[in-house]
Amino acid sequence: MGSPGYPIAESRGGTPEGHAALHSDWSDIVRAEKLCVEFGKVRALDNIDLAIGRNEIVGLIGDNGAGKSTLIKALTGVVRPSSGRLYIRDEPVDLYNYSVRRAHSLKFETVYQEKSLGEKQPLWRNFFVGRQIVNRFGFINVREQRRIANEILQRQLGFRGVGIDADSTVAKLSGGERQGIAIGRAMHFDSDLIILDEPTTALAISEVQKVLDFVRSIKRSGRAAIYIEHNLAHVHALADRLVVLDRGRIVANIRPGEMTLEDLTRFLIDLQHGTPATGGHA
Amino acid sequence: MSGSDVSTGRPAAPKSSPRWHAHLGAVPIIVVFFALIGVYIGFAPEVFLRWPIYNSFLVTIPPMLVLSLGLTLVVAAGEIDLSFPAVIALSGFLFAFCADKLHLPWLGLAAALGGGALVGVINGWLVAALGIPSIIITIGTSFFWSGVATVLSGGLSYALNDLTGTVIARVFSGTLLGVPVEALWAVAVAVLIWAILNRHRFGEHLLFIGDSREVARVVGINTVRERVRLFTLMGALAGFASFLMTVANLSYFSTQGQGLLLSALAAVFIGGSSVFGGSATVVGSFFGAMIIGMLDAGIVATGVSGFWVEVIVGLVFVAAVVLHTGLGDPARVKALQRRLMQRE
Repeated sequence: MGSPGYPIAESRGGTPEGHAALHSDWSDIVRAEKLCVEFGKVRALDNIDLAIGRNEIVGLIGDNGAGKSTLIKALTGVVRPSSGRLYIRDEPVDLYNYSVRRAHSLKFETVYQEKSLGEKQPLWRNFFVGRQIVNRFGFINVREQRRIANEILQRQLGFRGVGIDADSTVAKLSGGERQGIAIGRAMHFDSDLIILDEPTTALAISEVQKVLDFVRSIKRSGRAAIYIEHNLAHVHALADRLVVLDRGRIVANIRPGEMTLEDLTRFLIDLQHGTPATGGHA
Repeated sequence: MSGSDVSTGRPAAPKSSPRWHAHLGAVPIIVVFFALIGVYIGFAPEVFLRWPIYNSFLVTIPPMLVLSLGLTLVVAAGEIDLSFPAVIALSGFLFAFCADKLHLPWLGLAAALGGGALVGVINGWLVAALGIPSIIITIGTSFFWSGVATVLSGGLSYALNDLTGTVIARVFSGTLLGVPVEALWAVAVAVLIWAILNRHRFGEHLLFIGDSREVARVVGINTVRERVRLFTLMGALAGFASFLMTVANLSYFSTQGQGLLLSALAAVFIGGSSVFGGSATVVGSFFGAMIIGMLDAGIVATGVSGFWVEVIVGLVFVAAVVLHTGLGDPARVKALQRRLMQRE
């Protein structure tokens, strides 16, 4: 028996380094089957089939209104699907009882563009909100939260000596720093799946680099990520796989090796111009 | 902090972290409070250097203070409640009825709190579950409940002299070591509300909801449930304020809350809570309520005609809100400066 203990079907992921309970036998952190989301008469997501491996970085691309944000909201319990099935670590999820809180407890974490931090609140609140360290009467252990927040800031995010500490409010941070805080929060809570919604939009180039480094650290730590991005060069360089959405449907599944950045760009432009997409590519 | 130790590699000393920052919001208002007392003493030393005036403040201010404390939480969550004067009418009636007709004043206290909470639940549900702006819906419920109070009381007032000397009167309107007890109750409520806002999970949820409802939802806060709780708490506090008032006056009349709408709200915003939600100061509201509550007597005692009181309240209110907004958001001031420059 060669190499006992290795997961047999480690097909999709890369090389997990220590995180993500290797002994457990699930292969997909999340899997959607025939997932639909409707807002009134508008069908925002149409029969989505998508699986994310345990250490896979998946880039989600598509035009404005293609359904990217709706898809991640459905996966994380913000929006309730109207039909379809959802599996987390290969276990079926009761969609009716699925919520952000439930997703948190299943170690999913979303980093929304501009929308995951409370502007006027100090970082020690932002790190823990929704998962506060409380006594049994619900009072927050502020000292402990402050200590851990400072530790994450200095050790994990390297914010040492830049004048930012647990008492700083989010309003004082740069765009890249904000994304860093949100990603740092996800890592602290040991999330297995981190979802990034256009984390580099409206950032200066130096700030973008910081965020891309944060994303690489997600991969290194053995976690999975879904990465929504407008800038194709960013996703192309980072992602293990690209999923293209168009008008609520998945129209292509691409590995960056299979398509150059130029081909990908042309493909997406054709898609925009209404050229019939050929479906599951390659 | 001010970034002085950049790249020295020295771990930022946690002790130097600017915790006073969090309380800075209330400092100007405290300064103003003591400055005002100084002015009063300067103009009317014979009144303001003696105890009786302060004693009467400690009786008259607590109901408004309790209201301002509740409103501080409401404002923190980016909401507003204009229905508390109606709760004062309703809860006061419930207490007066139980005390006078049924001779069950403790049941009356429970009814006052419960009635207020009921009004709050309905407000909260209409605001949070149906998504109607609180400033609109609480105007409507305010009409409704003050109307209900008038109908139930038949427009009559109640004299509650029978309560004199009873346990409930002594616990809520007597004196303890020379201090009116309602002042002690108000301080107790203040400590409780401070702890809720600054140290409790519920208060943190309110702050995030006030900051951005979208963010609050994304981080897993149940924005509907928390806002229903918020309005319920506000209703119960208004019920308590009404009860304190009724016990102190030993009488009930159905219009007894009407003068408090603007002054209780003014106390909150003068105190420095953000008019945009997401940040609020209980200490600020505390001193804001004291300033408003003392202004009347203070202005009259300094020899200025009582007609000026509202003019001065208005000035203080506008100046305070402008200042707090400027201090809280320097960018807004800069934008204003730029606009003024362009004009020229």
